[in-house]
Amino acid sequence: MKNAAAHPLLPEARLATTRDLVLLCGSLALVVLPHATRAPWWLTLLTLCLFAWRIHYSINGVPLPSRWLVLAVAGVAMLGVWVEYRTIFGRQPGIVLLMLFAGLKVLETRTHRDAAAAAFLGYFLIVTNFLYTQAMPTALAMALALFAITATLTGFSAPNRAPRANLRTAALLLAHGVPTAAALFLLFPRVQGPLWGLPQDAYSARTGLSETMAPGEISRLVLSDTIAFRAEFEGTPPASQVRYWRGPVLWDFDGRVWSAGAQSLGKFAPPGGASATYRYSVVLEPHNQSWLFALEVPTSLPEDSRYSADGIVLAAAPVRSRVRYEMSSAIAPRGAPEEQPAQLARALRLPAGVNPRTLALAEELRLASRGDDEIVARAIGFLRRGRYAYTLEPPLLGQDSVDEFLFDFKAGFCEHFSSAFVFLMRAAGVPARVVTGYQGGELNPVDHIITVRQSDAHAWAEVHVRGRGWVRVDPTATAAPSRLDAGLARSIQQSEQPLLMRADFEWLRSLHHQWDAAAYKWNVWVLGYNSERQREFMSYVGLRSSDWRALVATLFTVLGILTVLLLAWSLRRVARPDPVQRAWRAFCLKLAARGVERSPSEGPRDYAERAARALPLARRAILRIGDLYIGLRYGRERNPRGTKDLRRLVRELRVA
Amino acid sequence: MIGGLLERNPRLAQWIWGFKPPERGTIILVHRRVYIVPTRLGWLFAATLLILLIGSINYSLALGFALTFLLAGVGLAGMVHTARNLARIAVSTGRAEPAFAGESAQFRIYLDGRSGSDRPAILARHVGSGSQFVIDIPPQALAEVVLAVPARRRGWLPLGRVLLETRFPLGLFRAWSYIEPDARCLVYPQPERTPLPAPLAEAAAGALRSQAAGSDDFSGLRTYQLSDSPRHVAWKAVARSDELLTKQFTGEAAAQLWLDWRLLPATAGQEQRLSRLAGWVLAAERAGAFYGLRLPGVEIAPRRGDAHAGTCLQALALYELR
Repeated sequence: MKNAAAHPLLPEARLATTRDLVLLCGSLALVVLPHATRAPWWLTLLTLCLFAWRIHYSINGVPLPSRWLVLAVAGVAMLGVWVEYRTIFGRQPGIVLLMLFAGLKVLETRTHRDAAAAAFLGYFLIVTNFLYTQAMPTALAMALALFAITATLTGFSAPNRAPRANLRTAALLLAHGVPTAAALFLLFPRVQGPLWGLPQDAYSARTGLSETMAPGEISRLVLSDTIAFRAEFEGTPPASQVRYWRGPVLWDFDGRVWSAGAQSLGKFAPPGGASATYRYSVVLEPHNQSWLFALEVPTSLPEDSRYSADGIVLAAAPVRSRVRYEMSSAIAPRGAPEEQPAQLARALRLPAGVNPRTLALAEELRLASRGDDEIVARAIGFLRRGRYAYTLEPPLLGQDSVDEFLFDFKAGFCEHFSSAFVFLMRAAGVPARVVTGYQGGELNPVDHIITVRQSDAHAWAEVHVRGRGWVRVDPTATAAPSRLDAGLARSIQQSEQPLLMRADFEWLRSLHHQWDAAAYKWNVWVLGYNSERQREFMSYVGLRSSDWRALVATLFTVLGILTVLLLAWSLRRVARPDPVQRAWRAFCLKLAARGVERSPSEGPRDYAERAARALPLARRAILRIGDLYIGLRYGRERNPRGTKDLRRLVRELRVA
Repeated sequence: MIGGLLERNPRLAQWIWGFKPPERGTIILVHRRVYIVPTRLGWLFAATLLILLIGSINYSLALGFALTFLLAGVGLAGMVHTARNLARIAVSTGRAEPAFAGESAQFRIYLDGRSGSDRPAILARHVGSGSQFVIDIPPQALAEVVLAVPARRRGWLPLGRVLLETRFPLGLFRAWSYIEPDARCLVYPQPERTPLPAPLAEAAAGALRSQAAGSDDFSGLRTYQLSDSPRHVAWKAVARSDELLTKQFTGEAAAQLWLDWRLLPATAGQEQRLSRLAGWVLAAERAGAFYGLRLPGVEIAPRRGDAHAGTCLQALALYELR
């Protein structure tokens, strides 16, 4: 620019007003506040104080704090973050620092350029909220924040405009952005992340089963309402009693804790000839472990997975984002394969010198029975006769945990039942193992999807019977048979349960079902949209090729069409001149073609008279048009007949 | 560099800007004439989007993708909105009051929004002088911009090129258009502020003498006429009656003053002579005299009043100009 005059539209040339700052801080608070539950309390408070501090400066018209003071605040706060986390890298400290920077950026905001940069930081903070949860309420709250930030940004370009008008503009912009966003969301080639190593704490704090089972672990887990996975069956799903979703199989017992131990090298072959086969798809929540839950015995494998030796399905990598897989399973198959001798020996191993009373009971059972089948039956009978209580709050157990459970306290949770039963079986010489997983799950009457929560976590036993292979035995069912029919909710006392699981809140449960159905759709179609779904979508809309080139080509076509539509809209919104004005313009053009051009300052009467003199042949028509136009344009009444006449006269005017 | 190139090649400039200057009548900023590029803020926004996209891929964040793409959509919509904020405005110019050289000409430009929605924050800048103004055009309304352009020389001053620019709504894009309306302003010669010099009275065939003797001699009142100078209105008398009255001075009717080019020394240059004459016209008008103007080839009969002064000044302004 050759002129020295400052450009008044440059954002760096305009100072942010108090109104701008209040709106900016308000919309940033919308993205900072959801972090309040996760960030240190003092940091949230500090960020909000920085906002308030800046507004205070603006209202009272004092000069902004010096750069050194801002740097000092930043230094102290960063030290605080380090004290809190012992690092300033990693996900959580990173997000916390971003919050802090938003506050500092607002504090040093002078011009609209700074304010716009702070607004962009706000867009960043939106995405950091998604690192914790991407559920529908979060999405809604963040959509609101996005709207607020965009409206604030609009205000920076038009300082004299009413904020309500800016809200309208922001809404329009977002509405116009949605089709483009949808096209990009569906068609932008999805790359499976991560692109580089993630911070150590990226996947901390996931609830779910683990590779060990200590007393009290599962009973703690079942208090959680968190969803483990959802399953959708083709056709009728199996009854609740036989829905055993197998998870880690535990072989080794140290007297207190069961653990999966080393993976054996044996190969698992899916059995044939099942009594019933089910096809279903599972949407698994991330649990940071590699097992994929399947119903009983899986007969087919999803992509990129394999069987473990004990028949559970393992993914190639730990499940760190929601995955969806197709499975088929058999319930109670016949002719199961034989187990390797080494594994059978492992399934008989017991820690030495504990639980003498149980060992004695096992001896008694073995002597009284003729085969393994009978030992199992007698053991179940023993449990049934014993009137064991099924409770979430079992007493603490000591060294001989199985003895104390079986003979002294006679109350426990599924982990106690399965642990005691497997111990008893091994002592009696029947190979046995503990299986953890989930049992049942809630069938949603709205969309017929089975939701399995952490509260459905369960532990049961499998015994190896010669000729029949591994057979499932659920000792808990003998004590609390209703556990299998009605789930945990009806089998233990109500006061022990989380509120939503209680049976007397039926209406609440029905609302919960509706919400669950919506959440499932959200998970599958929005959050679970990946390269695989993209392929499905492309073939659904009839595009055979779905490599990234096809996607990009389609994407650009769609974006081009959308841009043209937007442009068409922008043209449409401009008002056309009214018909009288158009006719008059056509008239002037016609006369100008004959050399009688209207000068800009010439009124219609003067012009018509001059034209009539210049073109005497068309004199009458020209004067009539002039009169009609003056009457229609400046006269008091609106006359549609007159307009029609004017247009006809102009059309028929011959000035040759 | 590009500006120089365009100045040397007017046809290239015409092709690029999409019009042939100067433009007569109402100018409509068709889309073809509206240019748009991202601003620095726009590039910063693009960088933000890129980082958001990489983050979303890295953490497999479905809603991160959704946010990134929605922001991209908003950016695209913002581009169209920015262009629309300028496109299809109808620009017309008003009459510019004549100015004296050395002052600035006040050009009036009317921006007709012709749209149901408002068009906020539109900058109009006179390219030659840098004179500028930011204006909001309300819905279905006309907004007036006054550009003060320095008038350096007498004669017709064309408005020249005017830049219209906007960054609304998001500031991510800058849309602009150049117009060159056919507006001009008459610039009078810079008046030399001198009293009517006495020595010239002799040469002026006695006219100045009688003017000098009687211009202050109050003789009576008469009814105000439109051509009377406001300086001669008898305001005290007006306060007493409702009628506008003009003070009359003895000898005034007889004072026929000729402001003659030939009265000025030949040593003075042409522009200096015109300046002097312009100063005399103003002084004579102020004195309430009847005065005429003689230039080589031009003679304006003695009269008085603002319209007459304007005629004389215009003759001076356009002397020996096309």
